[in-house]
Amino acid sequence: MSAPLKPSSMETLPRPSGLAGLAADWASDQRAFKNVSWGKAMMWIFLLSDTFIFGCFLIAYMSARMSTTVPWPNPSEVFALEIGGVHVPLILIAIMTFVLISSSGTMAMAVNYGYRRDRRKTAALMLITALFGATFVGMQAFEWSKLIAEGVRPWGNPWGAAQFGSTFFMITGFHGTHVTIGVIFLLIIARKVWRGDFDTERRGFFTSRKGHYEIVEITGLYWHFVDLVWVFIFAFFYLW
Amino acid sequence: MVDVRSGIGEAVPPAEVEDVELYHPHSWWTRYVFSQDAKVIAIQYAMTAIAIGMVALVLSWLMRLQLGFPDTFTFIDAERYYQFITMHGMIMVIYLLTALFLGGFGNYLIPLMVGARDMVFPYANMLSYWIYLVAVLVLVASFFAPGGPTGAGWTLYPPQAILSNTPGGKDWGIILMLSSLIIFIIGFTMGGLNYVVTVLQGRARGMTLMRMPLTVWGIVTATVMALLAFPALFVACVMMLFDRLLGTSFFMPAIAEMGEQLQYGGGSPILFQHLFWFFGHPEVYIVALPAFGIVSDLISTHARKNIFGYRMMVWAIVVIGGLSMVVWAHHMYVSGMNPYFGFFFATTTLIIAVPTAIKVYNWVLTLWRGNIHLTLPMLFALAFIVTFVNGGLTGLFLGNVVVDVPLSDTMFVVAHFHMVMGVAPILVIFGAIYHWYPKITGRMLNEALGQLHFWITFLGSYAIFFPMHYVGLVGVPRRYHDLGEAAFVPESVHSLNAFISVAALIVGAAQIVFLFNLVWSLRHGREAGGNPWRATTLEWQTPETPPPHGNWGKELPVVYRWAYDYSVPGAPEDFIPQNQPAPGRVSHEAAS
Repeated sequence: MSAPLKPSSMETLPRPSGLAGLAADWASDQRAFKNVSWGKAMMWIFLLSDTFIFGCFLIAYMSARMSTTVPWPNPSEVFALEIGGVHVPLILIAIMTFVLISSSGTMAMAVNYGYRRDRRKTAALMLITALFGATFVGMQAFEWSKLIAEGVRPWGNPWGAAQFGSTFFMITGFHGTHVTIGVIFLLIIARKVWRGDFDTERRGFFTSRKGHYEIVEITGLYWHFVDLVWVFIFAFFYLW
Repeated sequence: MVDVRSGIGEAVPPAEVEDVELYHPHSWWTRYVFSQDAKVIAIQYAMTAIAIGMVALVLSWLMRLQLGFPDTFTFIDAERYYQFITMHGMIMVIYLLTALFLGGFGNYLIPLMVGARDMVFPYANMLSYWIYLVAVLVLVASFFAPGGPTGAGWTLYPPQAILSNTPGGKDWGIILMLSSLIIFIIGFTMGGLNYVVTVLQGRARGMTLMRMPLTVWGIVTATVMALLAFPALFVACVMMLFDRLLGTSFFMPAIAEMGEQLQYGGGSPILFQHLFWFFGHPEVYIVALPAFGIVSDLISTHARKNIFGYRMMVWAIVVIGGLSMVVWAHHMYVSGMNPYFGFFFATTTLIIAVPTAIKVYNWVLTLWRGNIHLTLPMLFALAFIVTFVNGGLTGLFLGNVVVDVPLSDTMFVVAHFHMVMGVAPILVIFGAIYHWYPKITGRMLNEALGQLHFWITFLGSYAIFFPMHYVGLVGVPRRYHDLGEAAFVPESVHSLNAFISVAALIVGAAQIVFLFNLVWSLRHGREAGGNPWRATTLEWQTPETPPPHGNWGKELPVVYRWAYDYSVPGAPEDFIPQNQPAPGRVSHEAAS
């Protein structure tokens, strides 16, 4: 739930500025983060926890890669494609990254239109974001099937360290699951926006609470996080 | 709403958030079973945790029977013994202690103590319990699966955890264990997010962070740590599950079994240990910090004195929480590591003694010249302080690399962590149940039965774990099914083992008295009234006892003072509730 704020009540008490203000807000009653709704605070803390999950995955991968005694397959060769007879390294990954980062742009626009209560544009932009996300997952499926066809398995591959395949499938799989969940949430929220649930204050099916346009932003937080995680996976897995 | 004034120049800020709308249950099912009320969820959590904890208690009996009287009970063979060890440890640490402190006490006390109507997201909170229940059922299922539960030891170290000679290694045991942990972490996250957001963003008017009872501080710091530490266990479980099911080699080096080369190669068992202990060490404090917080409130209330050094207590909790995230490799001194790492982790480990000692001194100074009522919660709180100091002192031995190496993997370690992480938090749990049972049910627990339970449990657990230190110093290794004819084991160790086992059986049986008391007092206990302990914190000021759904009736409470206004000079009573405005004077808190 994100209870609407009462701006008038905020002005009644003068608050110190700067560092003292930060401390005063933190220690003050009712809310540590003023102007942060419950839903948004919860999403931020969840993302912090999720950061540790991806951090552990990536550190585990890096330690495996650094300690392996057999050669690690060269990612720019493994992920190269022949396009029209031209050998282009990492091209698919580049397109995937481009698509995902573009989706963050459309998501940000959806948040903007959501707060303007422009139902059509918000829903349309969320659908576009979901479409980008689905495209990303689709290309990942293509990449997986290509690698599997070339003989990469969780327990081994033709080019070197067995951990290459296992970390690849695990990390991209876990990230792809996040994207898929994000797409599903985007579709659900887009439907609610389209139907005008947040204007009519229709209650949620499970929670029986009224929704607000803020949920678009909260979904956006998750979506940008998944995007950011991909940047790290891209840097550490593909570019290293 | 009008602004309420409390004394000279001290205004309580107006409400920033509208009062929440609660889900109103329409049927028996949504009221008592699929309830979104944090208090019902808390009781569900607690009952499930205690039920599975009883299983772990029986397992410890079986282990002690084997150790005390070897060759007597033929059904406890080596395989079963390892399964008992593993399940006992895992259940006690995660499914009992973590779930009971955070899911049980967290759910019941946080909304009441911070003056909220409920957790911020009651639906997710409800899911948290049901997912926890699924995790428990998956865990229990492993007892009935082919091959039985895993016998890898509660730390589940690879490679042995998934090899075929370990019980459950090539059967269902390890798969169900890892799955259950993954499910538990998912469920816990849903609850944990709720606890943190409720404390940060859902407090009552006037309830500043520095007015919160230490119980809330302990629980919320532990929850934050759990949200950051459980991911490492999650990752470790996922990777080991892949090693077992898909044949990946994350943790599995090239290894031969029964003269046969396995398909694994290139993995690092040490990586698992790092991931596991990055979770495992904070886990100690995830259990200890709520206990610290609760015991502070018990001592203050039952000694009728404000807690000594409240601010220092808060900062000690936070500092312990932070430090405990950077000490994990002290569990791995014998795994082999760079000596400088050993130095680093030994240093951070020993530094934790500083904030911990601050807390112990402050508890003792709170008792100093207090009006000590030897009620049952107070007895358990005092027992906790003694036990925790004992367990903490042996921690200084084990935290030093050179001293740890010979003591590693002996019964000394078992005695140490059972004192500090087993007995001490359990004593707090008992004390807390005796303390808050009147609020939960409206009736007092029986005093005579409680005294019986306390003395047997307290003295009995010393009878169990004090001799165990000696057994460990002699060099008896832990996790051995049978000591056999080892020359270095003197006869006295065998006699002590028999003594310890008898004590363990008695202490375990005494818990039946406690369970009987819980059930019996529900009907026959003395009527408690709203505030039997004459305590200041908000949960005792609810209009009704037990508090109904929504806790506070029409008006949310407004907080005017800190949680420890006991024996204030000049006050008509020896306690002033947190929601009582000051009579025209600056409150005591401002003066201190």
